Amino acid sequence: MTSPATPPLLSVRDLSTWFHTGGHEVARAVDGVSFDVMPNETVGLVGESGCGKSVTSLSILRLIERPGRIEPGSRIEFEGRDLLSLDDRSIRAIRGNRISMIFQEPMTSLNPVFTVGDQIAEVVRVHGPASRREAWERAVDMLQQVGVPAPAERAREYPHQLSGGLRQRAMIAMALMMHPALLIADEPTTALDVTIQAQILELLAALQARVGMSILLITHDLGVIAEAASRVLVMYAGQIVEEAPVRRLFASAHHPYTEGLLTAMPRLGDRRERLTVIPGSVPSPAEWPAGCRFHDRCAYAWERCRVEAPPLYRIGTGHVSRCHLAEEPHRRPAAGARGAASAT
Amino acid sequence: MHTLAWIAAAVLTTLICGAVARAGDSESGSPWRIAFTRLRANRPAFAALCVIVALLVIAALAPWLAPYSPIAQPDIIRLKNLPPSLAHPFGTDFASRDVFSRALYGARVSLSVALLAIVVSASVGTAYGAIAGYVGGRVDSIMMRLIDAALSVPRILLLIAVLALWAPVPLPALILLLGLTGWFGVSRVVRAQVLSLRERDMVVAARALGANDRQILWRHILPNVLSPVIVSITLGIANVLIVEAGLSYLGVGVRPPSASWGNMILDGADEIASLWWIATFPGLAIVLTVMAFNLLGDGLRDALDPRQVDG
Repeated sequence: MTSPATPPLLSVRDLSTWFHTGGHEVARAVDGVSFDVMPNETVGLVGESGCGKSVTSLSILRLIERPGRIEPGSRIEFEGRDLLSLDDRSIRAIRGNRISMIFQEPMTSLNPVFTVGDQIAEVVRVHGPASRREAWERAVDMLQQVGVPAPAERAREYPHQLSGGLRQRAMIAMALMMHPALLIADEPTTALDVTIQAQILELLAALQARVGMSILLITHDLGVIAEAASRVLVMYAGQIVEEAPVRRLFASAHHPYTEGLLTAMPRLGDRRERLTVIPGSVPSPAEWPAGCRFHDRCAYAWERCRVEAPPLYRIGTGHVSRCHLAEEPHRRPAAGARGAASAT
Repeated sequence: MHTLAWIAAAVLTTLICGAVARAGDSESGSPWRIAFTRLRANRPAFAALCVIVALLVIAALAPWLAPYSPIAQPDIIRLKNLPPSLAHPFGTDFASRDVFSRALYGARVSLSVALLAIVVSASVGTAYGAIAGYVGGRVDSIMMRLIDAALSVPRILLLIAVLALWAPVPLPALILLLGLTGWFGVSRVVRAQVLSLRERDMVVAARALGANDRQILWRHILPNVLSPVIVSITLGIANVLIVEAGLSYLGVGVRPPSASWGNMILDGADEIASLWWIATFPGLAIVLTVMAFNLLGDGLRDALDPRQVDG
């Protein structure tokens, strides 16, 4: 799917989104992030709360508000256009039209005083001339496409009358109304229970296959990534620390942080009494640690990690990692040598 | 003739209240229908609503309901200061005018002044608060400090000062003055709501789907601040009514010989001990009306509470 000849649909280069919270404090929530999304591809973006993954997604649509700012030098190119230099009108024409977004909590993302059909129809009317009737019919049709049973009746209901799963389907209908080329799904299944979660992921995959679109799937849940994504970006402390095809990441993660995320995941047949955790928590974006930003939580860290910030090292085809272990693989203890073996 | 008009008024009131009582339960899930159903189940609020409907019907039909003209002075020697009787249910005042007729016309004046003034307050307050809350930042701070300053001036004193200099004040000007000095509270309520609404996921989602500021304000923000505005309008009516009555009582409000409940109390205030009927009936009318609006306002607050709409 990702032959080198195909230009990426979305290309993010050196994206930095900083929050200037008064005084000299600058929270560098996103700090030099680069990645591509190819047409029809699903890219997963994983990380803990506070690692900058949501700010990254909001930056793509330029939804960052004061005191946040996308720093000069950042570049976001979509369908060959530079999103950061568009005027307000042009970026609004892209939002919900070429790039759409769905959110974690469909209850609070929907307006409680309008019916869901009305809200879906509104998207049509925002993006072009359409009669009320026509917009409504397209909304009902879209509800049907996202698998809502009895769509004509559901369309006349209010968000609080729908179940969580149906609400998220209604959100997806709103987002896909204009057939976007890119769907940003920010924790789309986190607020749902597990069975509904699987249904929503299947729905997204089915819609992607039917209409053709790329998905940027943002989540803290590696299970969701394993199920839905073909390529994974792991984010930590405002930076991308590892990028790999999904199978390769699960088979041979290189970065100690990714490794930690994987061992923290419960598995079937697991005999551990307690889950393994990564000690500590994401540092504050106002004071990222010097050197490698992960060094004070890393089991392998040595002197070099404290002083020298690692670049992204190439580990294999489509696999990069921001860890000095790439140059000094012998420092990874044998017990945790899963990744080191494949680091060629 | 009057009997017929009274029957018509009674029938009209019963029809309206009956329609409210019988309207279908919320088979549709509209938040407004749910609030309506909940309000109706609240007996004091429903009773208050019926009283208000009755008052509005009376005010609207006053010319047909009143047995006499409110300003006619048929015989200021022999017919003055008559106690309540069949011919004059509320008695007559010092100028031989029928207190009952004046009270009916007074309902017209007092209620329309209060309602129109509150429309002015609510519109100005909502617009001001919405702008302050939505734009935020420095604009918001400045706008809110101005409100703080305005609120530090006692409203009644300010009105008395203006009205005393501008006597006799025409009724539209009085309405405007009452409206323009009464919107600070509404604007604060709206601003606080807007401030929290604009941070909601719903607004971010709308923006992510391409909505502009105008669409967000009209579709996502304003419909969701309507509930507190409705409550403060209802409670505000009671307040304006009292302020208008107070000003009229002080002789700077509604200009005699037009009857307002406030200036009727003024007519009877000196002789309240002996000629009690002149001031007591308009006083009771004020108490009844203010109580009805307050009860309805409380009922609406409970009915519209968004915390109960969820789930």
